[in-house]
Amino acid sequence: MGLLKSEHRRDERIASQRLPRDDDPKEAAGKIAIFQYLTVLVFVFLVSGFWQLQVKNPEYYSEAAERNRIKSTPLLAPRGKILDRDGRVIVDNKASYSLLLNRDEIKWEHLPAIASALQLDYSELAGVIRRSGARPQIIVKDQLTRDEIAWIESHQDTSAYPEMQLIRSWRRQYPQDGFAAHVVGYVGEIGEAELDAPQFIDYHQGDIIGKDGLERQYDKTLRGVDGQQRVLVDNLGRERQMEATQEAIPGKDLKTTLDLDLQAVGELAMAGKRGSVVAVDPRNGAVLAMVSSPSYDPNKFTGRISRKDWSQMANDPGKPLLNRAIQAQLAPGSTFKPIMAIAGLEADVVDDQTTFHCAGGASFYGHYFACHLKHGHGDIQLHRAIAQSCDVYFYNVGNRLGIDRIAHYADLAGIGRKTGIDLPNETQGTMPSTKWKLRIARQKWYAGETISVAIGQGAVTVSPMQILLELSGLGAGGKWYKPHLVKDEAPVLLRQAHFNPENLQQVVSGMYGVVNEWGTGHAAQLPNVKVAGKTGTAQVAATEKTKGAKLHSELANNAWFVAFAPVENPEIAVVALFENGVESYNAVPIVRDVLKAYFDKKARGDSRITRNAQPFQAPQLFAWVPVSGGVLR
Amino acid sequence: MPGYRSIRDLDWTLLIVTLALCALGVLQIYSATLSTKWQDAWWKQIVWVVSGLAMMWMASNVDYHVLLGRVTYLYLASVALLITTAVAGNKVFGSTRWIRVAGFTLQTSEFVKIVLILLVARYLTDLKTAGSVSWKDLAKLGGLVGLPMLLVMKQPDLGTSLTYIPIFVASVFMAGLRWKYVAVIATVLVVSLPIGYHFLKPYQKDRLVSFVYPDRDPKGTGFQVIQSRIAVGNGGMWGRGTKESSQTHLGFLPVPHTDFIFSSFAEEHGFVGVVIALVLYFLLIMQVVQNAQTATDKAGLYICMGVAALLLFHVLVNVGMVVGKMPITGIPLPLMSSGGSSTWSIFLLLGLVNGVRLRRFVN
Repeated sequence: MGLLKSEHRRDERIASQRLPRDDDPKEAAGKIAIFQYLTVLVFVFLVSGFWQLQVKNPEYYSEAAERNRIKSTPLLAPRGKILDRDGRVIVDNKASYSLLLNRDEIKWEHLPAIASALQLDYSELAGVIRRSGARPQIIVKDQLTRDEIAWIESHQDTSAYPEMQLIRSWRRQYPQDGFAAHVVGYVGEIGEAELDAPQFIDYHQGDIIGKDGLERQYDKTLRGVDGQQRVLVDNLGRERQMEATQEAIPGKDLKTTLDLDLQAVGELAMAGKRGSVVAVDPRNGAVLAMVSSPSYDPNKFTGRISRKDWSQMANDPGKPLLNRAIQAQLAPGSTFKPIMAIAGLEADVVDDQTTFHCAGGASFYGHYFACHLKHGHGDIQLHRAIAQSCDVYFYNVGNRLGIDRIAHYADLAGIGRKTGIDLPNETQGTMPSTKWKLRIARQKWYAGETISVAIGQGAVTVSPMQILLELSGLGAGGKWYKPHLVKDEAPVLLRQAHFNPENLQQVVSGMYGVVNEWGTGHAAQLPNVKVAGKTGTAQVAATEKTKGAKLHSELANNAWFVAFAPVENPEIAVVALFENGVESYNAVPIVRDVLKAYFDKKARGDSRITRNAQPFQAPQLFAWVPVSGGVLR
Repeated sequence: MPGYRSIRDLDWTLLIVTLALCALGVLQIYSATLSTKWQDAWWKQIVWVVSGLAMMWMASNVDYHVLLGRVTYLYLASVALLITTAVAGNKVFGSTRWIRVAGFTLQTSEFVKIVLILLVARYLTDLKTAGSVSWKDLAKLGGLVGLPMLLVMKQPDLGTSLTYIPIFVASVFMAGLRWKYVAVIATVLVVSLPIGYHFLKPYQKDRLVSFVYPDRDPKGTGFQVIQSRIAVGNGGMWGRGTKESSQTHLGFLPVPHTDFIFSSFAEEHGFVGVVIALVLYFLLIMQVVQNAQTATDKAGLYICMGVAALLLFHVLVNVGMVVGKMPITGIPLPLMSSGGSSTWSIFLLLGLVNGVRLRRFVN
């Protein structure tokens, strides 16, 4: 610091003396101007920053500020209940709790701990969050157990896991053991493909949607509108004040045409069998019962992240997910014969006196076609041909009619068309014709093929619903109503045939004979009620192979029975399909049980049914002992 | 000496603009701290401003040539003060910046600015080589400024230490710097920046990273940038007013009365308010520059330009940070941010500028 002394001297010079000549500040004018320009630039830069944030897109930031201060909790709307025709509850909701994650708060390093505490698979949980797109809140688990709720409550408040939020939710409660599962369907989280479809435009990712059955068909009725509770919070998440609460609007209840008593009887009769039972009111198409067996437990599908059960169901060889009532496509066998009969009479190829000789079989076009009765029915006319289901008689009728006339009448009765029932994924079935064969196989129809079709074999395939509609429409005098499951829906007349009443009378009388004379369906007789019906034993495979086939074996014949009662003015028509039931008489008691239940209940004047909507309790219903009882083995 | 100085010679424009900004500041401090633990900050700020005015008056009455003459001692005292702060200072938020003097806690680094402005002015007026600064002088002066910078940086307070740079740069630029030198310095800076990054503290690195990618960790260091931008955007064109400014009042905005006071101001008063405030700052700086233009000697010019550059840097960095265009450095907004040391040092500097003005007719 030797400088100090000389500096001191200089200090004094600066302070007291005149300034030297080179100390002219004016020479810096240009540089000052540069500084001024720079200053202008800086301020333009800053103002442009504010312009971008405050003027160009202020909504973005005001929304962000709102997301900051408003903590919104979804108030989930309960879905509508599904009720039977008397208002008894089939599908209910049970209050439960769900875990919600707030997207903004999610820390990925928390997820493994959350996953393990809630018994979720980490990768599935991460997948759910990733798939959820931009949703601010993601429901990751429903139906929390008491332990899980306790864990969440003890961890969300300590702000260890601020992303977690416990919300009240509703769990769909279906009847136990797959009761009526195929009719009611089930709900699940909306899928990617569905989100893209135009009919689901109002739906969002993570929404619960009906996946099958009535749940899907009437999803828009059943689903409510979720509400929202909005609370003003500060930066530490402390609630400052309540904002407006938007209440949830519950979904509307769906009152169905189903009768739980009949449904229960059908379910019980089908226990352990594969097949289907459907009951309708032929006067308006109201479906009273619809059973498909084997069934599945829809309660398993209500969770969000359980895909294991799903794949197990989907791969089951018994196809429990298939609603056989509307999705099976099987040969109708002899249940097709009443259509042949009315077609023969109407087309005037036979009358009630036309006689054919059945010697246990007959040859057409160089092929021998057997009758199911080996020693033959002898000389046979229409009435006995229906009652005893003579194949040879109907081979002859079919041969006289030709395939296109058969197709015309079958089409009138609804074979090969969707019935239009208010359930998703109904199948169409097949009614062959010359045109059909040209279209499908680009081949000519051979007259020999008509012979098989005449007894409901060959290319004809139907669902139980279709075959039920066919015969119940005949029973109702040639009126076919669209089957429906919602009670207050007006009946829709699909088709009306102006048959000669005498012809119709002949056919119905034959079907009456099936049950009450020497027919194949005598087991369906009921006291005080006249039942008419038609059996069917449909081959699954070529006759040689099926000869030794036992009951339930996959090659065994399918047993059909369709009946309606009272014969004069049918109120109920029932079909039973017993897959691999070998002989048609195995299907008859199933139908009889349902019919008996219906008429017994009617005789009691419905006194047992409480009009108030009480939760459905299966055990009471099953205490109701059906006539045929157990399982055929 | 008072003979040629009159109260009418004071820079009234400068004073009015200054007081207008202080008023905006006090109102904003009042609004932003309502029903928080800092709710008495507004009247404290009034005390700072009023006492600051007194200091300004005193500073303008001291002949800056006398101060320039004593700058060696002032400089040594400053360095000693910074060392004292490091040894005996109060540790707040993990950084030792404050010392207690007579009941006040003062941020010493704020006052060092004044000394550095004087030091640079003095050094540059002493130069024999008018019109251009040599490498040797540049290095010497750089070293003199660099020492307190280093001490402040070690506190650690990167933001305040960076405010010393514009003082140095602006004055050297005014003294005359060859373009070749500018090119060399720029090259060295560009090359050394990535190297310098490695010497930053982890939190400082985080701030830089979150400045570039604020959304990368919205709950962590990016939080302040994001929340500040939300507050500003939430203000819109006309502002949310005092009641509706949720970012400020629900605590989402960090320190809404000090470093982020302008976010809070922007949320409550919108783009219109922002433009008014920025116009005031612009006028303030331009008025200081005007005093530089009318200064009677180069020393006065350097002082004024040093102050102007310092103010410009403060406004750029603080307001730029508020809109997310500058990294978070934690330097206050002059005259508006709540805080005694900053307010006093700005008033002292403006007093120096006034002093230059009062003496412009000498010669």
